[in-house]
Amino acid sequence: MLEKALIKERNNSFYGWLFFLLVLIGIGMGAYIYQLIEGLTVTGMSRDISWGLYIGQFTFFVGVAASAVMLVLPYYLHNVKEFGRITVVGEFLAIGSVIMCMLFILVDMGMPMRVLNMILHPTPTSPMFWDMVVLSGYLLLNLFIGWNVLEAESKGVHPPKWVKVLIYISIPWAVSIHTVTAFLYSGLPGRHYWLTALIAPKFLASAFATGPALLIIICFLLKKFAGFDAGKEAIRKLSLIVTYSMCITIFMVAVEFFTAFYSQVPGHMATLQYLFAGLHGHSGFVPFMWVFAILSVVALVLLIPKKTREKESTLLIGCISVFISMWIEKGLSFVIGGLVENPLGRITEYTPGLAEILIIVGIWAIGAFIVSVLYKIVVSVKRETDVYSANTIQISTRNEGL
Amino acid sequence: MKNRNVIIGLAIFVVLITIPFWYGAGKESKAPELSLDTPAIQALDEKKCIEDTEFMRSNHMELLNDWKVQVVREGNRIYVAEDGKEYLMSLQNTCLECHSNKEEFCDACHDYSGVEPNCWTCHVEPEEVK
Amino acid sequence: MDISRRKFLKVGGASILALGALPLRNVLAGTPGSYKPDSKAQKAKNWAMVIDVNKLEDDLEACIAACHKIHNVPDIGNPKEEIKWAWIDTYEHLFLDNKHDYLDEEMKNKKFLALCNHCENAACVRVCPTKATFKNAEGIVMMDFHRCIGCRYCIAACPYGARSFNFRDPRPYIEEINPEFPTRMKGVVEKCNFCAERLAVGLQPACVEASKNGGIIFGDLDDPNSEVRKALAAHHTIQRKTNLGTQPKVFYIV
Repeated sequence: MLEKALIKERNNSFYGWLFFLLVLIGIGMGAYIYQLIEGLTVTGMSRDISWGLYIGQFTFFVGVAASAVMLVLPYYLHNVKEFGRITVVGEFLAIGSVIMCMLFILVDMGMPMRVLNMILHPTPTSPMFWDMVVLSGYLLLNLFIGWNVLEAESKGVHPPKWVKVLIYISIPWAVSIHTVTAFLYSGLPGRHYWLTALIAPKFLASAFATGPALLIIICFLLKKFAGFDAGKEAIRKLSLIVTYSMCITIFMVAVEFFTAFYSQVPGHMATLQYLFAGLHGHSGFVPFMWVFAILSVVALVLLIPKKTREKESTLLIGCISVFISMWIEKGLSFVIGGLVENPLGRITEYTPGLAEILIIVGIWAIGAFIVSVLYKIVVSVKRETDVYSANTIQISTRNEGL
Repeated sequence: MKNRNVIIGLAIFVVLITIPFWYGAGKESKAPELSLDTPAIQALDEKKCIEDTEFMRSNHMELLNDWKVQVVREGNRIYVAEDGKEYLMSLQNTCLECHSNKEEFCDACHDYSGVEPNCWTCHVEPEEVK
Repeated sequence: MDISRRKFLKVGGASILALGALPLRNVLAGTPGSYKPDSKAQKAKNWAMVIDVNKLEDDLEACIAACHKIHNVPDIGNPKEEIKWAWIDTYEHLFLDNKHDYLDEEMKNKKFLALCNHCENAACVRVCPTKATFKNAEGIVMMDFHRCIGCRYCIAACPYGARSFNFRDPRPYIEEINPEFPTRMKGVVEKCNFCAERLAVGLQPACVEASKNGGIIFGDLDDPNSEVRKALAAHHTIQRKTNLGTQPKVFYIV
């Protein structure tokens, strides 16, 4: 499948896109080598903001990875046939996202050469240990499931029975990866912005908004650039999932404001004040959070009414708004917001370093590269099976005509 | 015709892959001579290390590994050697107290065999103290 | 000689295994000696510290300097990346859950020693994915710098801000290296270790020694006759953030 998609079906603009990504990856790698030599001082992190954009991006992309379940669950458990064409698209997005997550963790570590210590000295009391376990397991699950299902389709047969077992396992497993990531934060006694049980449900809800929104954008791009049509019904159903999930997410964000400001407990109010209004003269995040608020409103205004949700142009603007607003909330403000007021009550702000940004762009490019290559294979397989089934229908209708 | 090309290719491959064996044949690459000439060692009555030389040469890495676990994690600071003598387990304060000529002792062998131990990013070399 | 390919591979494989076994045996032989603690070592089940704030105020700088000097703690020079095992702070920043707007001037200006609390129920020990941060048999929350992967989860978990990360190589920032103690390298987290290496050879922690007036009392919390227990029984003491359940072992007599 790889050979056919990448070599036999030549496509120069696709190669150009891959080359552009490789350039970004190369720059990112150079920046990472610089970080390995100088240490994490090249980032914007500090003694107080000990986790920054790397961990923020990791948290965001675990959500994107988990969202594959929103295609798999309806299709395999409830026979929503319209998703049949695109479950593989979701699973391959999960593969790219999980690899990005693992890379974000690796570049954030102070001693990456010691990463095997997590396996040599397993520590079941640590959510980070379990995060490693569930992410690795999820990557393997999606690799096996996605590849086998696609390969079976390209050969025109049903996938082997054991794939079904893996698929059923992947459904609760997807929920677990984002729950364990939430548990990284929601069990820490000193961080009041994170010390709420709501983190895990909020993460999952925002993941189920972000991931399908990204999938809709991807399907649009696949239709435009590769002639692969996911089907109007599939997009319609996906957009409903995005809409409901976005509503639930914004509701969960909003109720935090009530708890914080009705209780008037300083520990609860501090981070929200810093993010949305500024605290003690520090207001670096305020413009970002208001962009988040405005884009969330735009998203809801465009996605809730049926007319704008079913029109491609407004649907796409709505999905892009969902993606960017959720990226600001989860990828930018969540991690840094939790650390902004340090345990001694002082505020420290955070600005990413240049090397840090280049590394992040490099990892985004690696994700885009992996996903582009995988989607090229999907498109080439689907094109062939589409032609085959079209011919079969032609032959059978012709026979019936006789 | 095809067979002949395969055999030629195979021959080139065998020549290339055995380079380490025949490239330096006949040339001398002497093992380094380690210097035990330090004031601390000269002052010793019996010039003996913690364990015998053969063991230390092949197992000092494992010994140091065990020591680091015992000292940091188990809280044991004394090593009772096979001959019953007791030593304080410390790279900086015990080993390097005798072998204070790191360049002529530790580095000589490590450089020769291309080994880069990462002890010295944290543990203090004797010459580094101002 | 007629020999099947399968038999040849069997004999060949077995021979290689046998040849490889001998050097392997030497490597796996293990270290012949045995291990034991130093005879002078101070023994306790649960080390704790009582700080008499008024008695310590004049010795604060000396205590911190002693600690940082013998442990090769670097002076990075900027507050964002500073490394500190112990530091001076005020009531309003240390006792956030017990301050109000009408604190008396004396308490507002009083200087306190802040350091790792070596909590009985330490959050940092719970979260460390490699057990590089662990509680030793004597109640000290230790750092194993050999094992730390620099993930900084422990910094996120610590509710007291006691931990520092090496964002860069610390060596150039150490004024005078103490040759008896290692430094750390970039990429690991560090914090006060209750001078475990000094306790192991029968000495008191550096800050305790530097506090001339008896400003720091150090001893075994589990021994009802220890100095710390006597001090705790005789004075009213407060702790930092008691409502979080971490059960710190640093007490302050104010």
